[in-house]
Amino acid sequence: MTDTVIQATNLSKAYRLGVANNSFPTLRDTLASGARRILHRQPVLGRRNNGDDQFWALRDVSFEVRAGEVLAVIGPNGAGKSTILKILAQIVEPTSGRATIRGRLGALLEVGTGFHAELTGRENIYLNGAILGMRRAEIRSKLDEIVDFSGVEPFLDTPVKRYSSGMYLRLAFAIAAHVDPDILVVDEILAVGDAAFQKKCIAKAESVAETGRTVLIASHQMSVLQRLCNRAILLDGGTILADGPTGDLVRNYLQTQEAQASTDLSTRTTRTGRGRLRVVGIEVFNKKGPVASGQPAVFRLQVDGPREAAQCLVTIIDDLGDPVTSFDSLEHSLHDRQGDDYTVDVESLMLRPGCYRIDVALVADDRVVEDHVETAAMFDVMPGLLDDRPVTAQPGFGNVSFPHRWKVRR
Amino acid sequence: MGRQGSRDSIIVSVRTDPLPATVETVIDPSRKRRLIDLSELWRYREVVFFLAWRDFKVKYRQTYLGVLWAMLQPLVAMSVFSVFFGRLVGISSNGAPYPLFVLCGLVPWNFFSRAVGSMTGSLVNNQELVKRVYFPRLIIPMSAMAACLTDMIVGFALLFAALLAFGTWPVPQVLFLPLFVLVMAASATGLGVALSAINVRFRDVGYLVPFSLQIVLFMTPVVYPGSLVPHFWRPLYSMNPMVGIVEAVRWSVLGTPADWVMISISILSSLALLVAGLAIFSKSERAFPDLI
Repeated sequence: MTDTVIQATNLSKAYRLGVANNSFPTLRDTLASGARRILHRQPVLGRRNNGDDQFWALRDVSFEVRAGEVLAVIGPNGAGKSTILKILAQIVEPTSGRATIRGRLGALLEVGTGFHAELTGRENIYLNGAILGMRRAEIRSKLDEIVDFSGVEPFLDTPVKRYSSGMYLRLAFAIAAHVDPDILVVDEILAVGDAAFQKKCIAKAESVAETGRTVLIASHQMSVLQRLCNRAILLDGGTILADGPTGDLVRNYLQTQEAQASTDLSTRTTRTGRGRLRVVGIEVFNKKGPVASGQPAVFRLQVDGPREAAQCLVTIIDDLGDPVTSFDSLEHSLHDRQGDDYTVDVESLMLRPGCYRIDVALVADDRVVEDHVETAAMFDVMPGLLDDRPVTAQPGFGNVSFPHRWKVRR
Repeated sequence: MGRQGSRDSIIVSVRTDPLPATVETVIDPSRKRRLIDLSELWRYREVVFFLAWRDFKVKYRQTYLGVLWAMLQPLVAMSVFSVFFGRLVGISSNGAPYPLFVLCGLVPWNFFSRAVGSMTGSLVNNQELVKRVYFPRLIIPMSAMAACLTDMIVGFALLFAALLAFGTWPVPQVLFLPLFVLVMAASATGLGVALSAINVRFRDVGYLVPFSLQIVLFMTPVVYPGSLVPHFWRPLYSMNPMVGIVEAVRWSVLGTPADWVMISISILSSLALLVAGLAIFSKSERAFPDLI
């Protein structure tokens, strides 16, 4: 096909575990192992490739992308998303396989690459622009646009070391967003900055997609991907599980994620935090029947560990991965009580029917995160009556409903 | 493959400009690599410029004296060496005033040792760039070297000012000076790119280089003339590229007699160093992001 811009055939990437984990080998190690190999009559310089110490980040991945396609790369952490993008951007060399790319490819893998703290904002625009592949004249002509987009104009001639982290990121993204390659490769950078700036970034990505350029995006923000991408590939364990329309794949992916939520939390290993306190169980229930819109609901967390007060955070996330609301035990109310565990009593659940998941976090008094579990549990909300009004699922029209009164024209 | 999004077809029809069929990149681990891809380097020349400019700008930022440091350092070294080696020890300077003689060695030597030193650490210090964007990696050590050129130019300006202050005029063979500077840059590049690549894998190099350079200073005719070395040892001695380069710079600036056998050996060894350095670099280049 003539309009194929990326053709990847059997791409594989192996990392040697010793190298990846133990930072770098010292000269002494190499001399010692060389000496050992001489003693054992093994070749001194040959590479040992016995497979045991290898980790395949990517295995036999083949796909093609046509001009103008906006492709989402989805999958859990460690699935190989970044590795694919890094190979296409020529940062990482594949172990085997082949890829052909037609056209100028620009990669936004991490913003702010090549920023130098001592240089001013303006100087960094030139430096970073050049690193990202822009010509000096091109940068000069886009300078105003970049400055405008970033909103750091008053500080343009201040060294970036005096910038706030938000300003720094905004400037970095503004530069990256103004590189105009034929093929744009984006890794998780849409999660930069505050909500307003994020909106700006998504709008920019949309406009890039609409000008007919080819875009590859890896992200965890499913709703953004659904909006931007017409096609997706789903990766897991370094191989492509599915290739198809974004909507189907996102649903597919979230289902596998939710299957994980039903596992026992006490044995869950995919969690972060100090771990002195751990959430070992979550229940979502309604004493009087099924969990439904407009009905009471209880979220109960069982916590294991020393008996001490901690901040408890519960976030409810919709089926696209966007947070809907959250409960924070530090935001006190006069009606709060004390007990053995953490429970959130909801008088009337204002969620629309659908499938939701819960992220939980415990933070100790010394501000250290004790436990953080993503997709700790999932629950279904049934249709119900809120303030005597039926609440039904309205995909695309929001996840929440409020008690309200209409006054309608006759 | 099901990629029949409704939006897809619309977008393809919106696109009016033809694909630049000329730019085609093939990623294939088994492809042959050239020793040095000059056309690619040329395409990325502005990155060399900006990185060198960055190093230069940052070098003297927040200093009171600024670029004056580039003059002060060789001046102070020249005075100290003149007092100790010129006056107290009484080392021969082939007929030229000792301060000029030693400055003539210091300016090229300072460039060489600084360039090699900063190139050695360049890849590791710029690992953010190596891990996250693509451009020919050779650009990183090259621009580290380019940033040292300014100090050398200031150094040579100082040297010629000192020359006039001592009442001597430059000799006609000064026209050959740029040629020797080029040879020096080639040898620094060869050694520097090789060390920068090895430093990615073995950080020991970062500790080894500064003190090795101090030793090599005494194996280079900076404070003494090369003629002090016995004839028998001269060919071996001249394998150090800086031996012939310093001698040649003295010949072109001060007009002191030169041993052309030594200079020729050093030039050959510079070129060999350049080729070997680039070979080591291009061989290990592809593993940088995995190792750094």
